[in-house]
Amino acid sequence: MSKKKKVLLVSCDEAKHICDKMQYGEATLVEKFKLKFRLMWCRATKSYSKKNSDLTQLCKEAKIKTLDKEKKVEMKRKIDGFS
Amino acid sequence: MPKHKLNPSKWVDLYADYLFNYTISRVNDTIIAEDLVQDTFLAGLKSAENFKGEAAERTWLISILKRKIIDHYRKINSNKGRAEVKMDLHNDGEIEGSWLEQKVADSFDMNAEDALQNKELGLAIQDCLTKLPKKQAEVFIKKTIQGMETEDICKELNITASNLWVIIHRARTTLMDCLENNWYKNE
Repeated sequence: MSKKKKVLLVSCDEAKHICDKMQYGEATLVEKFKLKFRLMWCRATKSYSKKNSDLTQLCKEAKIKTLDKEKKVEMKRKIDGFS
Repeated sequence: MPKHKLNPSKWVDLYADYLFNYTISRVNDTIIAEDLVQDTFLAGLKSAENFKGEAAERTWLISILKRKIIDHYRKINSNKGRAEVKMDLHNDGEIEGSWLEQKVADSFDMNAEDALQNKELGLAIQDCLTKLPKKQAEVFIKKTIQGMETEDICKELNITASNLWVIIHRARTTLMDCLENNWYKNE
């Protein structure tokens, strides 16, 4: 195997890890190359990558909101106070 | 024997965000949505004795919330709206506001509504999030929904960055599978 290929070769698990980081814009340029290289021939990585991007997209589209921590504490206090 | 039981001490952890998202997509105002969720929990406590265990706890709370939302719109609505309140709710001589709290029971039909609600993407995701282990849901929400930095989450939860990525990976894998069933098949 050529030296260049060896540098780019990552395991399926590592590729998935890079793919996760990419969803949050936290993968380095080298990592992105490694993932792209693996995507050329690994079906499992390809399938994971597709689903992972879809999940990111769905989360963006859904515009999910969460309640403030303080608000939740206040709600719990009121519920406890009721009984 | 009732299939479902109420456990109010867990309501906030289990359902607050779900109810909040349900509300905000209908009233479009964070403060009002927070108040309606709070009111829903209190109304749930007041009518707990009417819960027969036929519907799931969350479904029953949603049914209360729906009426709270309708009530909210009636209050802010035109004179016509106010007239409806008078006609519909006070003809049996009850005092204002008590029509709901003492009367909300649950029925078997309510369970069918769960499937319908999952047609809303935000709620389908929320639903899947509640199926994750607590730690995974917490990390995923902080990172993905709240957009917190990896470093800040690690500090707050006292975990390493590699721990965080393992947790995120597990959460994402579970969510992908869950949404496959909960969202894509419903589309």
